[in-house]
Amino acid sequence: MSVFKTTRRVACSLVAAAAATFSFQAHAGGHGIDLTGKTVEWIIPFSETGGSAKWANFYAPLLSEALPGQPTVVVKFMPGAGSTKGANHFQGLEYEDGTTIFGSSGSTQFPFLLGDPRVKYNYADWNVVLASGTGGVAYLPPDLAAKMDGMDASALQDVDFIYGNQGATRLDLVPTLAWEMLGLNVESVMGIKGRGDGRLMFERGEANIDYQTSSSYLSGVTPLVEAGTAVPMMTWGALDEAGNIVRDPTFPDIPTFKELCDATDGCETSGEQWDAWKAFFIAGFPAQKMVFLPAGASNDAIVTYTAAFDAIKARPDFAEISAKRLGKYPQMTGEAAKGALNSGTNVSAEAKAFVVNWLQEKYGVSLN
Amino acid sequence: MEALPALGQAWGLILQPVVLGYLVLGVVMGLCIGVFPGLGGIAGLSLLLPFMFGMDPILGLALMVGMVAVVPTSDTFASVLMGIPGSSASQATVLDGFPMAKRGQAARALSAAFASSLFGGLVGASFLTVFILIARPIVLEFRTPELLMITIFGLSMVGILAGRVAIKGLVAAGLGMLIGTIGEGASSGDLRMSSYDFPYLADGLKLVIVGLGIFAIPEIISLLRQDRAIAKEQALGGGWLDGVKDWFANIWLSVRCSIIGVIVGVIPGLGGSVVDWIAYGHAVQTSKDKSNFGKGEVRGVIGPESSNNAKEGGGLVPTLLFGIPGSGSMAIFIGAIALLGSGQIEVGPAMLKNNLDITYSIVWLLALANVVGTVICIAASGGIAKLTTIRFALLAPFLFMIISFAAFQSGQNLMDLVALFGIGFLGIMMRRFDWSRPAFLIGFVLSNPAENYANQALQIAQSRFRKGLDEGLDYIFSPIVIVLLIITVLSVVLGLRQAKNIMAEGDVKAGTKRAPLVFLLIVTGYIAFALFDAASIPAYSRDRVFPMFVASVCLLGCVVLIARMILRPESDTIFSDREAEGEDASAAHGLWPTLAWFGGLLLLTALFGFILALALFLFAFLRLRAGLSAAMAVVYTACGIAFMCTMAWLLNRDFPPGLLQEYADLPWPFS
Repeated sequence: MSVFKTTRRVACSLVAAAAATFSFQAHAGGHGIDLTGKTVEWIIPFSETGGSAKWANFYAPLLSEALPGQPTVVVKFMPGAGSTKGANHFQGLEYEDGTTIFGSSGSTQFPFLLGDPRVKYNYADWNVVLASGTGGVAYLPPDLAAKMDGMDASALQDVDFIYGNQGATRLDLVPTLAWEMLGLNVESVMGIKGRGDGRLMFERGEANIDYQTSSSYLSGVTPLVEAGTAVPMMTWGALDEAGNIVRDPTFPDIPTFKELCDATDGCETSGEQWDAWKAFFIAGFPAQKMVFLPAGASNDAIVTYTAAFDAIKARPDFAEISAKRLGKYPQMTGEAAKGALNSGTNVSAEAKAFVVNWLQEKYGVSLN
Repeated sequence: MEALPALGQAWGLILQPVVLGYLVLGVVMGLCIGVFPGLGGIAGLSLLLPFMFGMDPILGLALMVGMVAVVPTSDTFASVLMGIPGSSASQATVLDGFPMAKRGQAARALSAAFASSLFGGLVGASFLTVFILIARPIVLEFRTPELLMITIFGLSMVGILAGRVAIKGLVAAGLGMLIGTIGEGASSGDLRMSSYDFPYLADGLKLVIVGLGIFAIPEIISLLRQDRAIAKEQALGGGWLDGVKDWFANIWLSVRCSIIGVIVGVIPGLGGSVVDWIAYGHAVQTSKDKSNFGKGEVRGVIGPESSNNAKEGGGLVPTLLFGIPGSGSMAIFIGAIALLGSGQIEVGPAMLKNNLDITYSIVWLLALANVVGTVICIAASGGIAKLTTIRFALLAPFLFMIISFAAFQSGQNLMDLVALFGIGFLGIMMRRFDWSRPAFLIGFVLSNPAENYANQALQIAQSRFRKGLDEGLDYIFSPIVIVLLIITVLSVVLGLRQAKNIMAEGDVKAGTKRAPLVFLLIVTGYIAFALFDAASIPAYSRDRVFPMFVASVCLLGCVVLIARMILRPESDTIFSDREAEGEDASAAHGLWPTLAWFGGLLLLTALFGFILALALFLFAFLRLRAGLSAAMAVVYTACGIAFMCTMAWLLNRDFPPGLLQEYADLPWPFS
C-alpha cells in the first residue's frame, strides 16, 4: 500500500500547487466548492465492460485526489438503450452540490446528432469540464495491404470486404462511410458486441478489414503488425488548431484517410459526402468523451472541477500513465473543452441529412 | 523454453505472506458476495476497483483473483439451500441440489459441490498452465460457424431436460428463446415486442431477472404455501464427509466435466451460461441409473459444479491472450489490471511475451484461491445447511427482500421488479403444469448467441460462396463443426430417449383438462403474437428472421399439443397439474394469497420506495403470516433492513424509489 500512499501525498501537494495556480480563476468565480466528506457520483451510461468504463476508471482515483476535500469518487454504471437511458436520466437531474457528474461518449453524441427518437437530452444544457480525444486506425491483412499502390486504394475496389460492425448508427459509421468513399465494397456483419470481437474476427480470418480506436490498436493490433499478420491502412487523423485534419500524433507514420482519399480515384475531399464524414468524425473521435456537470451548475462548481482536471493533467507522471491508457490525445479543459463540445455536438443540417439518408439506403435503418 | 523459469518466478511472487494474506481477504470477500443471489464477480470486482489504482500488481491480483475464483464456489449455497441459482454458472446445480436439501441432505450436497468445485478449479488451473502456451492457434480455430455449433450443442441439452412430453419441452425452450429476443435486434436495431414509447423492454430482459423469476419465485412461493422448513426431515442426514465421498466415487465424472468447463470457458463469447447445462447433460447421459435425476441425484450436483469453477480458468485464456473478456467479470478484471502499479501490465497478445511470470502468477493464484475457498466453504457447510431446518415462513420475507434487491440491480428501474413478478408468475404456471423450466432458461440464455452467430455465419458464408463453392463449404463444414454436429445429433437422440425417465422437477400427476389447456392457449397466443410482431419488421432487416423461425416452429408444436389435449383423456401426462394432487394441492395456504404478499411488496415499493416498503412488508409478514410477536417482528425487520442497507452501502447501490420520492426529498437510504 506504500505506493498508494506516496501517490496520494504527491497528489495532495500537486493539488495545493494547482490551487495556487488557479486561485485567480477561482476568485473570479467565487470560492470554489469544498467536497470534504462527500461522495461524487460519476454516471457512465454504459456497462462496466466498455471503453468509457476504462476511461472513467482511469480518471476516478485521480479526480478523487485532485478535488478539494478529496471526496470519494465512485463510477456508477447506468447502461441501457445505447447510452441514451443514462443521458436522459442525467438530463432530468438538477444541480445540487456538485456531487453528480456525467461521462458521455461518441455513442451518446451520435444518437443526439442523428435525431434518435429516444434522445430526451440536450448537450447545450450541460456544463463541460473535460473533453478527451482519441483516434482510430484501420488495418488490413498483409496480402490485401500489398495491393495498395502507395496511398492509392483503387486496387482494393474489386475485393469483397467483410467487417464486424457494432451497429450502423454507432461510431462504426465513420469507418464504413470512409471505406465507401474510397470505393471499397465492405459488407458489414452486424451484431458484434465490441470492437474487441471485431479484432478477433479479423484474427480468425473471417473479417478482412477492421478498425480499432487508438488505445485498443496499441494494445491489440500492434502485436499483430509486429507478427506480420496485420498492416495499418490509415488513421482518421487528428484536428489541428485551425480545424484541419492532420496526421494523428500517436501514429505519425500512418497516413490519414484524407491522404488516401486524395490519392484514390473517385474519392473527393470536398463536397457534401466529405463534409458529412468530417462532421461525424469530429463528433466521434477528437471530442469523443466528455465530463459534464448537470444543468444549472454554479460557476464555483465548474471552476472547481476544471481546476481539478487541470491539476490531474499537471501531474508529473500524467503523460506517462495517460499515454498508455488513453493514447497521446488532448485532454481538454476550460475553453478548449467548450470548443470540443461545440464541434462535437453540432453538425450542419446537410451533413445530418446526408448520413440519415445514407443509413436508410445502405442499411435500411430508419431514424424518422 | 522460457516458460519454466517463469513458472518458478510465479511461485516466488505468490509465496509471500503478504500476498497470501491479500488472497485470503479476496477469497473471503468473494465468498460473501457469491452467497448473494444475483450478485457475482461483476459486483465484487466493481467493489475492489477503487482500491486498485497504483497498488502493487501482485497484491492487487491476489485480491481480485481470490474474489473471482470463489464466486462459483459459494453461489452453490443459494442454489442448494434455497433453489435460487446463485449465479448463471450454477443454474443446473439447482435441479438436483435443491431436492437433496429438501430431503435433508443439504450438507452432503454442499460438500459434494465444494469438493467438485475445488477439483474443477484445480483442473482448470493446471490445464491453463499447459494450455496458455498452445492456446492461441486453437482459440483462433473457433470461428463463427464453430461458435454457432457450440451454441446449438448447448441448446440440444433441452432434449434431455424436456420432460415427459418432449414437445412441451421444445415449446418451453422456444418460448425462452422468444422472450430472449425481446428488445432491440442486434443486426439493425429493429424492436421486437417492444416500443420506444415504453423503453424498458427495448433493452430486453436481464438474465438475473429471468433466472430468479423462473426458478426462485416458484420455489419460494411453493415452500411458503406449505409453511414448513425446506428440509422435510428435521435431522440433517448425510454429513459433509458423505458429500466428499460421493465426489470421490464419481471422480471421473468430475474430471470430464472439469475439462468440458475449461474448453467451453476458453471459447470467447459463450462464457458461463451454457457450461453448467452441458455438464449436467453429460452427467445424465453417462449415468446408468437415470431415474433419480431431478429428484436429488448427487451426480447432478457434481457435474455442473466441477465445470463451473474450471470455466473460470478457461475464461482467463481469451482474457489474458486476446484482451477479450469471456464474461462480464473478466471485462472488469481487464480494466482493473490496467489500474495496477503504473500500468505496466497490459492484457492482450503482448501478455505472454512481456509478463509471462505475471500470467502464471494469475494461474496459480487461481488454484490457491480455489483451495482456500473450498476449505472455508466445507467448514461452514454443516452450519449453514441448518438454514434448511428453519421454518420457511421466517426465511421467505428475507428471500423476497434479497431477490427484489438483486433484480433491481440489473437495470435500476422499478420495472425490474414488475418484470420479476411477471416472469415469476410465468415460472409458477410452468412449474404447476410441468413445463420444463430448465429448457426455458437454456432457450433464454442461448437466444442471443444463437441468433447472432446464425446471422453472422450466414452472412460470411454467403460472401465465401460468392467466391466459390469450395470456399463456402470449407468455411461452414470445418472438422470442428462436423465433430460438434455428430455429438449434437447423438446427444439429442439419446436425450429424447432418456427424457421420459428424467423428471427434472419430480413426478406430477394429471388433473383436469381445463387449466392446462387454458395455459397452453395463452402460451400459444403469446407465440402467435410474437410471430405477428416479428413479421411486421420490414423484410430487409435480419432482425425478423430468427424470432419468426423460432415462433413458427413453436406454433407447430403448440398445434400438436392442442390436438393431443383434445384427443387424449384427462389421465394423460399432458394434463399434469400440481394443484391436482401432491404437495401443492395439500398446501396450507393458497397460491393467490401467498403471491399477493409478494405483489404487496411490489406495490408498496412503487408507492414509498424500497426501504420503507420493505419495513412495512417485513413487519406485516412476520407478524401476520409467520405469527411472531410484535416485538420479535420488529427485531427481525430491523435486522433485515440493516443488512440490506449495509450491503447497498458497501456496493454503492441505490434502492428502487417510489411515488413518495418524487414529491419528497428524503435522505439515503430512503431516497
